[in-house]
Amino acid sequence: MIQFNETTILKVNEIIARYPEGKQKSALLPVLHLAQVEFGGWLAVPVMDYVAQLLQIEPIEVYEVASFYSMYNLKPVGKYVFEVCQTGPCMLNGSDNIIDYIKSTLNINVGETTTDGMFTLKTVECLGACGYAPMMQLGKTYREHLTKEKVDSIIETCRSKAN
Amino acid sequence: MSEEIKTMKVTIDNITIDVAPGTTILQAARQIGGDVTPPAMCYYSKLEGSGGKCRTCLVEVAAGSTADPRPMPKLVASCRTGVMDGMIVKNMTSEKVPEARAGVVEFLLLNHPLDCPICDQAGECHLQDLGYDHGKEGTRYQFARRTFKKEDIGPFIQLHMTRCILCYRCTYVANQLTDNRVHGVVDRGDHAAISTYISKAIDNEFSGNMIDVCPVGALTDKTFRFKNRVWFTKPVDAHRNCKTPGCCGKTTLWMRGSEVFRVTARKDTWGEVQSFDGKPGWICNTCRFETKNAESWTIEGLTTISRHSVIGVNKYKTLDMPKETTKAVMNGVEPKLLMDIHNISEVNKPGVHLSDIKGPAHSTNFKKQ
Amino acid sequence: MGRKLLLDKINVEGIRHYDVYRKEGGYRSVEKALKMQPNDIVEEVKKSGLRGRGGAGFPTGMKWSFLAKPDGVPRYLVCNADESEPGTFKDRFLMEFIPHILIEGMIVASFALGSNTSYIYIRGEYDWITDILEQAIKEANDNGWLGKNIQGSGFDCQMYVQRGAGAYICGEETALIESLEGKRGNPRIKPPFPAIKGLWDCPTVVNNVETLAAVVPILNEGGDAYAKIGVGRSTGTKLISACGNINKPGIYEIDMTISVEEFIYSDEYCGGIPNGKKLKACIPGGSSVPILPANLLLTTAKGEKRLMNYESLSDGGFATGSMMGSGGFIVLDEDQCIVKHTYTLARFYRHESCGQCSPCREGTGWMEKILLAIESGKGKMSDIDLLWDIQRKIEGNTICPLGDAAAWPVAAAIRHFRDEFEWHVNNPEKCLTENFGLRHYADPVYVAES
Repeated sequence: MIQFNETTILKVNEIIARYPEGKQKSALLPVLHLAQVEFGGWLAVPVMDYVAQLLQIEPIEVYEVASFYSMYNLKPVGKYVFEVCQTGPCMLNGSDNIIDYIKSTLNINVGETTTDGMFTLKTVECLGACGYAPMMQLGKTYREHLTKEKVDSIIETCRSKAN
Repeated sequence: MSEEIKTMKVTIDNITIDVAPGTTILQAARQIGGDVTPPAMCYYSKLEGSGGKCRTCLVEVAAGSTADPRPMPKLVASCRTGVMDGMIVKNMTSEKVPEARAGVVEFLLLNHPLDCPICDQAGECHLQDLGYDHGKEGTRYQFARRTFKKEDIGPFIQLHMTRCILCYRCTYVANQLTDNRVHGVVDRGDHAAISTYISKAIDNEFSGNMIDVCPVGALTDKTFRFKNRVWFTKPVDAHRNCKTPGCCGKTTLWMRGSEVFRVTARKDTWGEVQSFDGKPGWICNTCRFETKNAESWTIEGLTTISRHSVIGVNKYKTLDMPKETTKAVMNGVEPKLLMDIHNISEVNKPGVHLSDIKGPAHSTNFKKQ
Repeated sequence: MGRKLLLDKINVEGIRHYDVYRKEGGYRSVEKALKMQPNDIVEEVKKSGLRGRGGAGFPTGMKWSFLAKPDGVPRYLVCNADESEPGTFKDRFLMEFIPHILIEGMIVASFALGSNTSYIYIRGEYDWITDILEQAIKEANDNGWLGKNIQGSGFDCQMYVQRGAGAYICGEETALIESLEGKRGNPRIKPPFPAIKGLWDCPTVVNNVETLAAVVPILNEGGDAYAKIGVGRSTGTKLISACGNINKPGIYEIDMTISVEEFIYSDEYCGGIPNGKKLKACIPGGSSVPILPANLLLTTAKGEKRLMNYESLSDGGFATGSMMGSGGFIVLDEDQCIVKHTYTLARFYRHESCGQCSPCREGTGWMEKILLAIESGKGKMSDIDLLWDIQRKIEGNTICPLGDAAAWPVAAAIRHFRDEFEWHVNNPEKCLTENFGLRHYADPVYVAES
C-alpha cells in the first residue's frame, strides 16, 4: 500500500498549514516533490492518486500538474539522473560535447537508462547556472564547469556510492 | 431604492451601441451582429472563465475611453476585454486585425489534420468556417504534423486529439457541469493534450455536452460516428419530459425520414447552446445518446439555423428534392437519399480506422457490398 | 569602481548566517521601517526610482501603490525567485550567499503592503537554496524578525518558501500565482491584474528577488540617496550575471554608469574574451532581448558609447538597440554560430511554452523546426522570410510575454545576421563543418573576408 512514512506525513501537514484553510491544493507541488523522493524517483499513477486523496482533490488535478512541470518523472528513472543543460549559454561553452561524452561513456541515448538501472541521461533547458557552464543537475545540487574528467569522476563516485 | 443603470457607449467598426457596464467588446459586437462580430473559437459565454486563449477574436482598440482616449498598444482579445465608455474598436476596419487573425488561423491549422472528408464535424465545424472567412490559401508548414496516441474515453464520446485546438471549453464543461471530474489537460506546450490521463471513462450524465461545446471534431458523438454527413440530416426542434435534474429536455434532432441520427442541444447564432429562462440549455446523456426514437420526442418544427456556416443557409426549412436533371447527370440512376454508408463499402464499417491503413483505401482492399 | 549596495558584504565570512549578517548591520531597515507609516515606505521606494529587476523594469513603488486594499481581505507579497531566463543567475547568487538580505527586504515590503503571509516562489531546481532560505527564515523567526508581533510593533508576518517544479513560464507573475495555488503554470488573462486579484483572488504584489533586496539599501540610505546613484531613470545598482565566452563569468554589481566596453574588457568585470578571440555579438539582458552585433553593442547607432543601463541599452529601439531585461549578459565570440545559438533559444521557448494560446504553442515549435533545418544545411532561402513572418505574427498576439520573448531573439538574429542565415542556405555542406565567423557585420560596417 502506498503511504508516506510518519516523518513525511508530518512534513506534509506542516506544508498544508502554510496556506489559508481550504487552500490545501497549494501544497500539491511540494508534496509531489516529496512523493517523488519517497517512491522511487518517479510518480506512478497510484502515487498520484494517493497524493490526490491526501490533498482532497481529484486525481486529474494531480495528473494535469504532474505532467506540466518538467521535474516530475512520469516514467521510472535510474538511481542517478544526469540532467545536462543544453540551452544557449551552456551550448556556447561546449555542452554538446559533454552530452556526447556521457552518451558514449554510459552507452545510452538521451532519455534512456543504463541496463543496470543506475544512470538516466536527460537534457534539460536552462537551469540558471550559465556562468558556470557546462553543467548538470544531479539530485539536489548542481555539478558545474563540467569536463570529461569531471564527468568520469562523477560517474565513478556514483558507482562506488551505490555499492 | 432605485439605482440609475448607466450604459456605456462603444463604437465598433464605426457602429455605436450602448451597452451595460461589464460587457466585453465581443459581447457588444454580438449585440450589433454581422461582420462586426469577431470570430471566437475558445470563448463560450455560458462557460465561466473561458476565452482569451485562441486569439482569433483579437481586435484593435483605437481609443481606450473618453477619459483616456489613447489607443491600446497591442491587439486585445475582445472576449476578455471589457468596454469603457467612449471606447473605439476596430475589427474589420483595422489594418492590423485581418493579418493577425490570418496568422492565428494558420497557427490553428498548422498541426490540424486535413481529414475533413472523414470528420463528423465537417459542415458544422467552426475551424472550417474560420478558415474560409479569415484564413489564407495553402500551408507554409513543411514538417510532419503532430500526432497523439489514440485514447478511448468511454462508450459515448470519441476523442480525436489530433484535431484539438486546445480551446479548453470541454474542461470547463467538466469543471462546471459535472461532479467528479476525470477530464483535463495534460502535458504542456505543443504536446498539451485533452485527456482523462489513464483513460477513465467519462460516465457523467452531462459529459455529452463536451461534444456540443467542441468547436472542431476533437470530441464527437460515438453513436453518430460515420453514420451520416450533417448536411444530409434535417434538424428539427424537439422536447421531451426529461427527468434528469438539470437537463432542459429541449433538443435538436438530426433526422432523415423518421429516423433520428443524432441528438444535440439547441444552438444559437454563435454556435453556443441556447438559453432557456436565462439558463443554458444543457442536455443529459440519456436524451443525447439513448433517446434515438422519434416517438419519444415532441417535435416542434424545423430548426432555423441562423449560424453563418456551411449548414447555415437555412436550406433546411424546405427540403429540396433533387431535380429531374440529377437523374440525367447520374446516367439514369435514381439518387439514393437515404443510405447507410456502412452498407456501401467495407471501408465504412465501424472499427476501420483510415489513419491505420497504409496508402489509399482502394476497392481492391475493401470490397463493395 | 562603482558602489555596491547589495554585495558590499559578500566577502564577509559567514554572512550567510544570521549572527554575522546582523553584526554587519543587517535588519536595520526593518527596525527603521516598523517605526514608519506603511505609505511612507511606499513613497520612499517611489522616490528611489527603483525599477523591477526581473526584466520588465516597471517602477516598483508604482506597482506597490496599485495594490488594492479592500477591508477584511488579506493581501499577499510573493517573491519571484523563479529565475529561469537563460543567461540569468543573479538571484540564485543572492539567495545562496546572502539570503538574509532578501528576507530583510521582504519583511519591509510585507509591512509596507500589509502582507501578513509572504511567499518566496523559487524554481524547483534550486533545491539546496530552498534549504538555505528555510534556514535563514528560521533564524529570522528565532530572533523575532518574523512571526507574531515583530519586534513589539504589533505587525505579524509569516514567510514560507515554495518550490516550483521546472517551468520557465512560472516566472510570469500570474503563472507563478497559479503554480503557487497548486495548478498548472498557465498565465492568467489580464485584467484583472494581481494587484486587484492575485493569489487566491486576493490583492497580491509579485516582486523579483533583487528588487526586494534593493529595498534594504533604499530604506537604510533613503530614497533620494539611492536615486542619486546611477544615471537618469536607471537608479541604484544592478546585478549583472555575465556568461558565455568571457574570462570571468559571474555576478557583478554595477552602478549603471559604466560602458558596455568597460564591462566586457576590464579586469574588474568580465576580463575580456578568452584565447584572444574577437567579440562577435552579445545578448545584454537575458535570452529574450534582442542580440546585438559587436559594433552596435559597443556604440549606439548615433555613435555614442553604449552604457550598461536601461536607457542606453535600449537606445535605438529594436532596430539598433536591445534591452536591460533581467541583466543576463551573454557574450558570443567569433567562433560561435548565430543560427545555432538562436536555434537553442527557440528550442528553449518551445519547451517552455505553456500551450495555452495558439500563436505561442504552434509558433514556437514551428520556428524551432525551421531553425534546425537551416542550421543543419537543409534550409531554403524562403525559410528566412518565413521565420521573420512567423515571429511577427507571434509578437504581441499572445496572452503573456513569452510569445514576445520567443519572437524577439529570432527577429534580432535575422535583422542583424541575415547574411549568416543566407550563408547556411547557400552552403549546406560547408555550414556543418565550418563557421561563418566574423564575415558579416552587414550593418553598418561590412568587414570583407580576409
